[in-house]
Amino acid sequence: MLEVIDASGLATIQDLGRRGWRRFGVPLSGPMDAFAFQAANLLAGNSPDAAAIEICGGEIELRSNQDYVIAAAGAGYSLSVYTWEFQLWDSCLVRPGWRIRLKKNGVGTWAYLAVAGGFDITPILDSRSTYLRGHFGGMDGRLLQSGDQLKVGTVKLSLMDLTARTLIEDARPAYGESPKVEVVLGPQNESFTDDSIETFLSSSYRVSTTSDRMGYRLEGAPLTHLRGADLISEGMNIGSIQVPADGQPIVMMADCATTGGYPKIASVIRADLPLLAQCTPGKDSVQFKETTVEAAHEKYRVMIEKMRNGIVDS
Amino acid sequence: MKPKISPLGDLALLIRFGDEIDLEINRRVHALDALLRADTIAGIIETVPAYSTLLVHYDPLALTYAQISDWVNMEMERIESSASRKPRRIEVPVRYGGASGPDLEWVAARHHLSIADVIRLHTTQTYTVSMMGFTPGFPYMGKLHASLVTPRLDSPRTLVRAGSVAIAGEQTGIYPIDSPGGWRLIGWTPLRLFDPSSDAPFLFSPGDEVRYTVEAMDA
Repeated sequence: MLEVIDASGLATIQDLGRRGWRRFGVPLSGPMDAFAFQAANLLAGNSPDAAAIEICGGEIELRSNQDYVIAAAGAGYSLSVYTWEFQLWDSCLVRPGWRIRLKKNGVGTWAYLAVAGGFDITPILDSRSTYLRGHFGGMDGRLLQSGDQLKVGTVKLSLMDLTARTLIEDARPAYGESPKVEVVLGPQNESFTDDSIETFLSSSYRVSTTSDRMGYRLEGAPLTHLRGADLISEGMNIGSIQVPADGQPIVMMADCATTGGYPKIASVIRADLPLLAQCTPGKDSVQFKETTVEAAHEKYRVMIEKMRNGIVDS
Repeated sequence: MKPKISPLGDLALLIRFGDEIDLEINRRVHALDALLRADTIAGIIETVPAYSTLLVHYDPLALTYAQISDWVNMEMERIESSASRKPRRIEVPVRYGGASGPDLEWVAARHHLSIADVIRLHTTQTYTVSMMGFTPGFPYMGKLHASLVTPRLDSPRTLVRAGSVAIAGEQTGIYPIDSPGGWRLIGWTPLRLFDPSSDAPFLFSPGDEVRYTVEAMDA
């Protein structure tokens, strides 16, 4: 068991999300940076969708009551274990009584802590992801808090084989303060003026401070609708970019609604969503670049393959 | 119009049957949804029916866009010949007016109807759950009787109680959880629409038919 000694900010339990319930209006949820989340799990010897801790905007400290292997990944954090400091993207052994702390360090927003065996949490609607607005999933649908006792699942592999591993740098996303992220245009790109499409693909948009797990609001050159901003509600997805009447784009993120009623000019591709997710609201900016569905799939396939092949002894 | 297939990013495919809220268009959405759901294809994650569109979420490591659009096109050929599934019918008891439906009087006055007329018009129609969304378990149901078509509130309430029965535009719906909301509240039902820990977490599914009945008047 890992006991939460102290937690602040958005510290929640997530897995890869709640699939199969979106037709009923239940958001996908899951990690904001799905790459770092999966990498942390693989480093800890888990399947990529094991339940792990996500943190943003605060810090978390845990105490272990037996031997475990943990791994942390993401950006903007570092890990301290007992008296040692670790960088992210490493796995390490913790002994009974040791303290583990994820603390703010460097550029980036979201970090993940996985434990070999995964956190043993009762699934709600087939997932252990926390959906804060719905008050369900994860730890009673709420943020982690001091006193929480997090049970750990059974580990099938030897802890000694799992410890002291790292994901090679070449396999990690190229996080940055002004990332270029690729988008697939549509389905409503024809609802915008040609000038607006050009503006969208050539200017820089700052991530607003009102951003959260539902969506990242962007601030920049306004986009103009040809026939108003009302659309009959239809399904949307993580990465979809809605443009309401004020012309400022909103990128849908992990907890986004399942349907939406604003035209979608484009969608951020899955491989590049981590770059956007790790931007610091109020500070960092993104630029969009057009790509095709086929190229996006290939980019994602290569990314996942590099992750699977990139875990080595450190 | 011939349905149009287009990508929504690199993780979903959108099928558009029309550009309006129309029960016949929506019937075709649900017919295709049923055909796609009857096939088990590795890599298809889930489908989300809406008024005039069906969204198909897929895993790009398992399927290409071309494979999915071929499959959708093939199933689309069968929409008209597919046996139309008899929709489930659900009865919803409602306490109309008073604290249960604080906007009922206003709705009646706006349409120059008596409160009894509004209740009669609301309960004599059979509605279809065209889509679900907004919050987990919220059913968008159409169509209201033409005499009850009412605009949303100018400024949404910050808190609408779970179970509130509401109307907006040509739609009627029920709030499944306490949430903000801009629809006009005409009643309240004791039915529980969403229970995340239950084996059957949702009272409604897209495509269901719904009738309201008068449980009581709340003076």
